[in-house]
Amino acid sequence: MYGALWRILPGPVWLRIILVLLLVAAAVFALFTWVFPWVDGILNPINVTVE
Amino acid sequence: MSESHPEARRERRSAHGRRNRVSVVGVLGELLLTAGVLILMFLGWQLWWNDAIMAGQQSSAASERSSEWLEQARETQGETPPPAPADYGEPVVDATDYGNGDPFAVMYVPRFGEDSQRNIAEGYGLDVLNSFDLGVGHYPDTQMPGEVGNFAIAAHRSAYGGGMHEIEQLQLGDAIYIQTKDGWYTYRFRDFEYVTPETVDVLAPVPHHPELAAADRIVTLTSCNPLFSTAERIIAYGVLESWQPGSAGPPAEIAETVATWGN
Repeated sequence: MYGALWRILPGPVWLRIILVLLLVAAAVFALFTWVFPWVDGILNPINVTVE
Repeated sequence: MSESHPEARRERRSAHGRRNRVSVVGVLGELLLTAGVLILMFLGWQLWWNDAIMAGQQSSAASERSSEWLEQARETQGETPPPAPADYGEPVVDATDYGNGDPFAVMYVPRFGEDSQRNIAEGYGLDVLNSFDLGVGHYPDTQMPGEVGNFAIAAHRSAYGGGMHEIEQLQLGDAIYIQTKDGWYTYRFRDFEYVTPETVDVLAPVPHHPELAAADRIVTLTSCNPLFSTAERIIAYGVLESWQPGSAGPPAEIAETVATWGN
């Protein structure tokens, strides 16, 4: 899966490394901005009160 | 050695072929690893990243409200505060009927660290506790700041700004400052209690004795326990020590800190 991604990327190794880092950064940004807040909303809330 | 060459090349080629082939187990393994990384990242987001962002926003929202009240008190009283009397008398109790989510006080506990000031709003739903500008919720059926009985509030221990993250650090006599539009209420931390989540008696005017009429003015902080778990609740009690109106400014011990909130 990730091996295939590495082979699809063009250019020499240094360029591929930069591209991979960019892809990882984009993925982390999307996760932190949209995915995790959404997941947080559908998970069971953390209860801190006595009731 | 020369005759083994073609064989070696063939082996190398087949090994390469194996690597190129996408195997079900290989993909499954990579998916599982990815899932593990995603879960760790989510925990990092929830307990560190989002927690820090919310903590910053909650404390600056509280600073803003605190400064506004100070400003209002200054305007009504003029620039020079009246000479402080020896005793400000009975604490003023806010009789306003606040709706769910309405902020009416600011909590500041120096032991909780710098920028630990938080808005206190009516109600203890997620709209208050997980809010970007509130963070601490008041149990609606309990008393108000300064009132005889129990002023009971709740906040997160971890994540969502963690308004009571350092609650277990409290030491006997630590100050718990509650500021309202009327003034400052100084409570002193008395003791801890560890209870099950169903122990609502801690909210009674006399904790654990709902049948008794209250004589003391106490504050009750509730949060989850242990840290990162919701199995139990940690309860911190404080007793009202003093009260001073907004025109008298913040209590002397925190005057410098409070002055920085306005900037």
